[in-house]
Amino acid sequence: MTHLDELESRSIHILREAYSSFRNLGMLWSIGKDSTVLLWLTRKAFFGHVPIPLIHIDTNYKIPEMIEYRDRLAREWALNLIVGQNKKALAEKTTFPDGTIDRLACCKLLKTQALKDTLTAQHFTGIIAGIRADEEGSRSKERYFSPRNRESDWDIGDQPPEFWNQYKTDFAPGTHLRIHPLLDWTELNIWEYIGREKIPTVSLYYDQGTGKRYRSLGCYPCTFPVESTAKNVDEIIAELRTGKFANVAERSGRAQDKDDGGTLETLRRDGYM
Amino acid sequence: MNIVIVGHVDHGKSTVVGRLLADTNSLPQGKLEQVREFCSRNSRPFEYAFLLDALRDERAQGITIDTARVFFKTAKRPYVILDAPGHVEFVKNMVTGASRADAALLVIDANEGIKENSRRHAHLLSMLGIRQLAVLVNKMDLVGHDEKKFRAIVSDFEKHLAGVGLKAAYFIPVVGYEGENLASRSKNLGWYSGPTVLEALDAFNEPLALDGTAFRMPVQDVYKFTASGDTRRIIAGSVESGSAKIGDELVFYPSGKKSTIASLEGFPRARVAGKLVAGGTDGFTLSEQIYVGRGELAARAGEPAPQVGTRVKASVFWLGKRPLHSDKEYVLKLGTGRARARLESVLKAVDAAELRARNDAETVERFEIAECVFRLSRPLAFDLDGLTPATTRFVLVDDFEISGGGIIRENVTADSNKARSGQAGAKFHQKAALIIVNGEGATGVALKSLESTLTEQGRTVHVLEAPESKIAEHAQVLLEAGLVVLTAAVSTKLLGELKKRLPAHAIHSVTLDARDEHSVVRSILDETSA
Repeated sequence: MTHLDELESRSIHILREAYSSFRNLGMLWSIGKDSTVLLWLTRKAFFGHVPIPLIHIDTNYKIPEMIEYRDRLAREWALNLIVGQNKKALAEKTTFPDGTIDRLACCKLLKTQALKDTLTAQHFTGIIAGIRADEEGSRSKERYFSPRNRESDWDIGDQPPEFWNQYKTDFAPGTHLRIHPLLDWTELNIWEYIGREKIPTVSLYYDQGTGKRYRSLGCYPCTFPVESTAKNVDEIIAELRTGKFANVAERSGRAQDKDDGGTLETLRRDGYM
Repeated sequence: MNIVIVGHVDHGKSTVVGRLLADTNSLPQGKLEQVREFCSRNSRPFEYAFLLDALRDERAQGITIDTARVFFKTAKRPYVILDAPGHVEFVKNMVTGASRADAALLVIDANEGIKENSRRHAHLLSMLGIRQLAVLVNKMDLVGHDEKKFRAIVSDFEKHLAGVGLKAAYFIPVVGYEGENLASRSKNLGWYSGPTVLEALDAFNEPLALDGTAFRMPVQDVYKFTASGDTRRIIAGSVESGSAKIGDELVFYPSGKKSTIASLEGFPRARVAGKLVAGGTDGFTLSEQIYVGRGELAARAGEPAPQVGTRVKASVFWLGKRPLHSDKEYVLKLGTGRARARLESVLKAVDAAELRARNDAETVERFEIAECVFRLSRPLAFDLDGLTPATTRFVLVDDFEISGGGIIRENVTADSNKARSGQAGAKFHQKAALIIVNGEGATGVALKSLESTLTEQGRTVHVLEAPESKIAEHAQVLLEAGLVVLTAAVSTKLLGELKKRLPAHAIHSVTLDARDEHSVVRSILDETSA
């Protein structure tokens, strides 16, 4: 077995454990490369089917191609897609692009709040998310099955033990679990797997002749491309292997992570993925 | 390869890892400067540990709370280092990190010497099944790089390791902060001729594939996605050891049901290999439509069969805040199987740090390691020889929390226990029972929904809707016929009558919350499993 085979097997095992353990299960799909790999692994785990509803939090500021891609895959792969949106904040124009609040407050309203509202409305007890430990500090401390209380808070100081492929699948009423099947994958693993499995991805990840591409996708007012001439998956893998980006955080094009370096952690404690 | 680094608090684990990252050029550009600046801004001496302790809580307290994962590479292979906390309150985090590791580094402060968590972590590593270990004797500069001090620690700690069934491949004198003997050899420790830490890591072996042992696949689930036009009934799970192919006869335990593999299934179908192999997750269909479900263990006919039992002797380590106690019922999870478990007796309990044995123990306290006997509510399938670790190991859940782990050493199921459930229900492969459904969710519609879910899970179920005066009589007839009977809440008077007519162990009460049918289904399946 190769390292990619082992990663794939662990993720599939976790997805099946989650499916067997939680009746009200949902999976977050950001349209990005990680959660799309997660979606592909779900099709593998369930032999071509996706028996778990997908949740997309639409901030209304996503790059238009992402929405076209989302709707196409939803049709072709027969996905049960739930789109969540903070319509109130959008209507009242309390967003960063409207100039009324800062980036962090905007993320809290359009993503975290929209997500919390969607989870509450659908009574989810388990949420699968495609976060990876190598992305940044707070994600490196996550469990595969990570409990959250009713307010979606994460108690980092008191997490349950997790060993021998046995996970926290028993939980008190009112709490829910976040499930992270991709925790052990790196950015390079993700691209190697996309290449091996020929998983469709948004073209924004590739240079279209401008000498720039997106390494991480988000809302267009807060996401910036990197300098790169990689035009396809193989060229991205080659580029990552050269170590060109070893010194640049993957999410460095995501403006809400900046400030004192703890901003993403602040968001995550509050329920951000 | 996954490496966990453990040891007592402040003995310098995070410093060793931080320095290893810096010396192998594995740090993002500017990260070192950023941390140095953070330290000077907050008037604190610079520490490599801050590189890892990225979370605020940890910076504030200067200790590692959870296991951070960091990645680096040598010329030989990539590594993931799991930096496990040394503070005693966070042993469960150390266990989490260590259980994912193929090998361990244990750090001991040369100046402070062997401490409580040095010993406790070694014992837990042994319990968790880690067999490859290097001990780093750190801060050698504080003892003048003295070989005698190093030898004294080696000699003492070798004895402790032998006592817990471990042997270190290497003892390495290091100075973490200065990088001595980490990536490069130390001039100050010229008397040491063994490998550096990086050389020791590269000398560890990759985990062995379990292809050669008996086939074991805990059934995770049986899928039939008829709503999507797919009529395949696929048995899914992760193969823990051995291999199997089309035409092989399988036996499922504990039920003992047999069938033959008709097809191998995966996605995309064109990529399905010719056989199921250890570590794989492909599924299969069966030639005969027997009912098997989650919790069964698939084995191959003709290969050594797993054990089936309701009473086991096991070694356990306990992490729970409350002691492991015979008054309480726990959930024991093994493979994909679940049973309620009760502590029957404690044969011996040992503090993981001190190795002081208590032979008269009745409970197992936090951080103790003990030999115990457990009685299970239903038979589970397991192995004893340790060739397939996943089918010998279990966890114990106290209320909703995983609170301990264990390894089954012996099947002590007496013959009399096997027939405990009696004849009733045998023809339905279930234990006949009356389930009294209480709670605000116990409406007629909810009972019907519960009935259909249980039927999908292979139970033969009847919802009792007779007038109150007839309920006890009907329940008795239905239970004698072997059915699982559901009824909504009953009066105290009726309950008394039911208790007269039915065996006490056949009456169960559940509470149906308006939303969470799933946990009720699971507990009914547990109660009525044959």
